[in-house]
Amino acid sequence: MSTAPAAASPVAGYAIALGDDALVAAQRLGEWIAAAPQIEEDVALGNIALDLLGQARSLLSYAGSLLEPPRSEDDLAYWRDAGELRNVQLVERPWTLDPAADPEDRDFGVAVVRLLLLATYQHELYRRLQDGADPTLAAVAAKAVKEVDYHRDHATLWVLRLGDGTEESHRRVQHALDAEWPYLEELFAPLPDDLSDLVGARVAVDPAELREPVTASLTAVLAEATLIVPHDPGHAVGAGRRGEHTPALHRLLEDLQVVARAHPGATW
Amino acid sequence: MVTTLARQDAWTIAAGVADPEIPVVSIEDLGILREVRVGPDGHVQVVITPTYSGCPAMEAIRADVLAAFERAGHTDVEVQLVLAPAWTTDWITETGRRRLEEFGIAPPVRGAAAGREGSAPVSLTLAVRCPQCGSPETRELSHFGSTACKSLWVCTACKEPFDHFKPL
Repeated sequence: MSTAPAAASPVAGYAIALGDDALVAAQRLGEWIAAAPQIEEDVALGNIALDLLGQARSLLSYAGSLLEPPRSEDDLAYWRDAGELRNVQLVERPWTLDPAADPEDRDFGVAVVRLLLLATYQHELYRRLQDGADPTLAAVAAKAVKEVDYHRDHATLWVLRLGDGTEESHRRVQHALDAEWPYLEELFAPLPDDLSDLVGARVAVDPAELREPVTASLTAVLAEATLIVPHDPGHAVGAGRRGEHTPALHRLLEDLQVVARAHPGATW
Repeated sequence: MVTTLARQDAWTIAAGVADPEIPVVSIEDLGILREVRVGPDGHVQVVITPTYSGCPAMEAIRADVLAAFERAGHTDVEVQLVLAPAWTTDWITETGRRRLEEFGIAPPVRGAAAGREGSAPVSLTLAVRCPQCGSPETRELSHFGSTACKSLWVCTACKEPFDHFKPL
């Protein structure tokens, strides 16, 4: 049933990569609804997930329209297996850092740190992509940049509050940062070979261009939050853009896809 | 004989559609309705734009626009969704602002959207007046409220919580 989207359209491949980041991040964030430390936070993370889901829908609809034969956003969301997704590994891992813990366990420190990394990256990415040569990607980016700006603000406020908070909150946020930081590098890794021409054509943003502004922005927030910036791992951790994923993505997709796969073609 | 709608009449029909989440304001008041075109053959094209990428009201708005035209006797209607240019709260009309406030939602401060981009996270926020008592002594509880387009505030004068249509 799940046939890989043809690589015939590099633009579709790029839209799928960015769309999968948003889709998987949205699904993960949704796990906080009714489980966050405050009711306002249930609402906030739910809203952020909704923004990301909207961005994913625009990107995957566009990607699907470029494929031959065309595929709908639902085809791409519900009928691809993990190996066909192109999201970075940053967004797919569970919310717990303890490998022995139940994967359903959630650490709010991980949530705020990961959201800060993701939103800072997406903000720099979309800020550039809105001036890109592809009008649809530029339009999606011009909307998204304003939304992720709010996500970044929100994550920043929490990282400042918890980083420069109690001994316990500081310890947990630092621990989360140490675990999340290595996954940042994948965001700056070169695009896969079949997409690399898009950078020269100004359709895609060169990931390497984002390293300096993203790192500078994060470093400023982390310093103010009295957190220590971890060492650069020196190599990309994770190869999600090539379809290599952690087992956590399989479990996430089971949740995301179960209804569509149990009732193929159902409408309501 | 087929009667062709005048463009202004078509606009009026579309502009009468209320926002499904905040029914005191129309899609025109909110700046969601971007364009109405009537072809020489009478085909009507209504162009709308979402407030936020994930706004779940778009499908309802599309259906409501089609229903409004059908009630007026026109079925050759298409609703087109565009993303560019990106919606901004600066497109909310004066009427829209007044109605939001009467409904208990503090409208966005005019021009605040333009000044937002690149702002520091804990920057000064322009005073948002409490829609209940009018006091400027208010504070934000959360960037995110009951819908994507609103943030959650509380008035320190009358102690009432309220929604604010946040600048975008």
